[in-house]
Amino acid sequence: MNLTLAQSLTQTHDEMPSLREVFDTITLQSGFNTNAVIVAASLLGIAGGIIGAFALLRKRSLTADALSHATLPGITSAFLIASAMGLNARSLPILLLGATISGILGVLCIHLILTYTRLREDAAIGIVLSVFFGIGVVLLSVIQSTATSSAAGLNHFIYGQTAAMLTADAILMGTIVLIAIAIAILAMKEITIVCFNESFARVTGIPAGLIDGLILALIVLVTVSGLQAVGLILIVAMLIIPPAAARFWTDRVRLLIILSALIGALSGFIGASVSALLPRKPAGAVIVLCAGSIFIISMLAAPTRGVIAQLIRHAKLKLQIAIDHTLESKYQYPEHHPRTTFSLRVLLRLKGFTQSLSPSSALSQSGIKRGRRVRRNHMLWEQYLISCADIAPSHVDWSVDQVEHILDDDLITRLENEIRASGLEVQEIQP
Amino acid sequence: MISDTLRQYISFDLFPLISAICVALSCGLIGNHLVLRRQSMMGDAISHAVLPGLVAAFLLASSRSPMVMFLGAGASALVTVGLIELVKRLGRVEPGAAMGVVFSVMFALGVLMLEQAAADHVDLDADCVLYGQLETLFFVAPTEWNQLFSVGTLNDIPTQVSTLLGLTILVIIFKVALHKELRIASFDPGLATTQGIHAGLITVLLMVMTAACAVASFEAVGSILVIAMLICPASTARLCTDRLSTQIKLSALFAITAAVIGYILASFVPEMLGMPSSLNAAGMISVVAGSMVALAAIVSPSHGLIAKSFRQRSLRKTVAIEDLIGLLYRAKETGTPRSTISSIAPAMNTKDINQVIQASTRQGLVTQTNNSLELTGAGQAAGAKIIRRHRLWEGYLVDQANIRPDNVHDIAEQLEHLPTDEPDSDTQTDPHGRPVPPHSD
Amino acid sequence: MTLLQTQPRSTLDARPEHSADNPLSVHAMTVAYHRKPVLWDVDYDAPPGSLVAIVGPNGAGKSTFIKACLGLIPAAAGTVEFWGKPYKHARADIGYVPQRESVDWDFPVSALDVVCMGLYRKIGWFKPIRKAHKAAAMESLDRMGLADYAHRQIAQLSGGQQQRVFLARALVQNAELYFMDEPFAGVDAATEAAIIEVLRELRSQGKTVIVVHHDLQTVPTYFDHAMLLNMRIVAAGPVSEIFTDENLNKTYGGRLTLLAEASEAVARAQQGQSTK
Repeated sequence: MNLTLAQSLTQTHDEMPSLREVFDTITLQSGFNTNAVIVAASLLGIAGGIIGAFALLRKRSLTADALSHATLPGITSAFLIASAMGLNARSLPILLLGATISGILGVLCIHLILTYTRLREDAAIGIVLSVFFGIGVVLLSVIQSTATSSAAGLNHFIYGQTAAMLTADAILMGTIVLIAIAIAILAMKEITIVCFNESFARVTGIPAGLIDGLILALIVLVTVSGLQAVGLILIVAMLIIPPAAARFWTDRVRLLIILSALIGALSGFIGASVSALLPRKPAGAVIVLCAGSIFIISMLAAPTRGVIAQLIRHAKLKLQIAIDHTLESKYQYPEHHPRTTFSLRVLLRLKGFTQSLSPSSALSQSGIKRGRRVRRNHMLWEQYLISCADIAPSHVDWSVDQVEHILDDDLITRLENEIRASGLEVQEIQP
Repeated sequence: MISDTLRQYISFDLFPLISAICVALSCGLIGNHLVLRRQSMMGDAISHAVLPGLVAAFLLASSRSPMVMFLGAGASALVTVGLIELVKRLGRVEPGAAMGVVFSVMFALGVLMLEQAAADHVDLDADCVLYGQLETLFFVAPTEWNQLFSVGTLNDIPTQVSTLLGLTILVIIFKVALHKELRIASFDPGLATTQGIHAGLITVLLMVMTAACAVASFEAVGSILVIAMLICPASTARLCTDRLSTQIKLSALFAITAAVIGYILASFVPEMLGMPSSLNAAGMISVVAGSMVALAAIVSPSHGLIAKSFRQRSLRKTVAIEDLIGLLYRAKETGTPRSTISSIAPAMNTKDINQVIQASTRQGLVTQTNNSLELTGAGQAAGAKIIRRHRLWEGYLVDQANIRPDNVHDIAEQLEHLPTDEPDSDTQTDPHGRPVPPHSD
Repeated sequence: MTLLQTQPRSTLDARPEHSADNPLSVHAMTVAYHRKPVLWDVDYDAPPGSLVAIVGPNGAGKSTFIKACLGLIPAAAGTVEFWGKPYKHARADIGYVPQRESVDWDFPVSALDVVCMGLYRKIGWFKPIRKAHKAAAMESLDRMGLADYAHRQIAQLSGGQQQRVFLARALVQNAELYFMDEPFAGVDAATEAAIIEVLRELRSQGKTVIVVHHDLQTVPTYFDHAMLLNMRIVAAGPVSEIFTDENLNKTYGGRLTLLAEASEAVARAQQGQSTK
């Protein structure tokens, strides 16, 4: 069984494409077939992005994985049944109908396992995924062993064959995108509330079960329609990666869905174009890798949730604490010199808190001011913990050493008020 | 002299079968902990994600030596585990989505690399990654028995088979040596750490072993069987027992059974049915393993649906008999030693009162003459017991649980049938003033 | 009542007539969680215009009571009525504040978005959120002192602020009866004061608020009615009458062993597990 599983769009040239070819391809001027593929792949990206965002918010990403694997036995049995009935076994609608039925059966099985046995969701998903795929593989070998028909072509459903997409597929994708957009616009608030707070949604009278069913139906729709292009193993990536990448950039559901659709479209567009231009670049894999690259970039570089931004914030806070500690101790015990690194002393001097770079340097005017403030916050917090902790037990675990640096003016005023309210004097430092 | 048929089996079926058993056993054992820790999908992620490492190792070393491929795939698996953790922690991505992102990107990378390898006219089959090539693990069996059991044969054993045998031994050693550490770390990581067992380290070891299983098995059986074996036997065992040690033993048994039955179904049965070639063994073993989960869910003596519904039915029967005896006892209390069936029937909540009467008669609790019923001596004692429980419960519910006297009858009517301790009370009457029958012994 | 699948002859058809004035009337309600009864035969009538504290130890069934009233967990037996009507017909007048821990605060919505959720019922299916709705939500946030935080993502709020967002969402529902599940859990003093001020304001408008509460000390100052709960109602009524040492001892002095055992036995019988 040595088939070329994932074929490139072009097998004609082996060398790098010229700039002209690149330009033609990405501006959709290089032939009708290529255009159909690129447009269809981009539309698939949009549909996957929007629907995947719902799946991510509802924490159903892996259900989509089980569902896509569970389509294989449907495809193979549809093939077997159709050829037994003398129909055209390769007819796409028949195969996709089979895929839909067995995909839904798979999800139903997960539901049955969760309802009637003690097994948990992860095990239920894993069982359905592997067993359904196993059935598919066995049926595939049945097809291969019967001499009358050949399984060639069915393999494309596993690894995908974007090149096989036609104008009809582009139209199908376009329809699904329209459905997804329509639902996203119409039922956005219902979907959001069910995903965020199911019990509140139900109390408000929004049927959570119906919304879940809607999300699941959309996942089935996009999985089945993308099977042939991307393959049943990688189709789940079209649902998971774009929203996960988009989440780094935004804190709003609406923007999340839009960005997720854009990332999906971009991946589909780039993936299909690269596959069209370069030899032996299976489009499904390239699309997923594009999405993956966008995910990595997002995870690293996004402004607040990104890893780099997190590291910078962390380092800044650490530095701030180091500066504050030094200033506080120099303020409190002017003759005692805390151990400091050279770079910290440079920083203190640059900020104008010390008078020289020497470890025993005295504080400047602004250094004294800042040191006094830190000292006062420290004492305030300690006093608060001792006298009023029972009022706000949730803050007691903020350690004294940490919290004095992150107290903002608002909180300090409130602290003073609460200490006064409990009948104590706010201890003041003698300047 | 080895007969031709036997020789054929040894050549074509012995090693595939041994490999399937090894994979099933090692994955099945490791899977117990994945299922308990709700990390089953880790097996899925790892087994998909070995592909790029495999192809890379192959391209770099340009050899198909199992050792090289093992290293490549192993590196890939560990990178996957690390990446998933990284995406989860640093990226604050939900665990399911984190797995999905990492494994699909890794798999896509693998597919792409495979395609490049194909360009260099390298024959690497992507299909085998998914559903294996058990069938290719043949060796040419000698014609004589003494030749078969000689050192020379050992050299002819396919390397995949020896790798798998090694893995199985490793897994068994791992499980036996770290049994209690694994158990405590799966059950309560916090407790494990306070006991001086590094739960994180155990988790890492478990992931390494999962990766080893996935990597060693994939070439023989493909990733699908690995996933099925990691999850299905352990799940089946979990449906049959509540004890971890029993669960582990059962899972091993189920794994081996699935491997043997699945292999037979795929290799020998199609031939008997006159099909031209055998079916995919890895797929068939997964199907058998899955059917075993379904079977256990239905027939398991402890948690199966049949056992549950049987116990519910027998409880219903007991309740009906006890209700009947209770009614007769109450009637006797008010001076009617014999009750007609028609006077009893409306108060009984049962479809077929005759069946209940028959069962009670068989147990020697009730005698029937024409259309009227009377309690026997044993029935009288049983009735006293049930009414005693009923009235004690009523007293308890009113006195201790503050439940309104109007409401307690309904609750007591159900609690009297359950195997709880009798409410402890010296009172002679229930809240409605009826006497509590004395304790029988 | 159907604890066991064998349904006994019902002797309890006669249900007391509830006055349509009572915002909440619970009658003979038994609630099972995973088929294990956690609340036994609860009878309770909430008086209009009052602040009611539900008090009891952990695992006493306090949240379960609220969830069963709201139909989030099916009751195994009994009836719940609001102003003499079933929940379905009273929904518009009932507000709910779930436990803060019950949601994922990393969810990509702003404080204002969350408050708007309280209006979804009024807005109706498939209709967009309009300026007027946002203004109403904003007003509610302002009332909880959170106007400046309206556009922050909810993870960036402190625990107390998150709780106040939930309260603002309930206020915007403009209900007549509120259920609040531990609104005081883990909040700072400022939030606690703000919440209690809102509760009193609601009472002055003749509304009823039923609150799961943990802090016994503040019950007499904050609430006028209380329900002492531990698997069953120990006592319910005006705080001044029922908040006695004896009742509190009954509530907190350990579980009723036999009742707990009965719950386990019912659960086993229900699930068809082997008995003992």
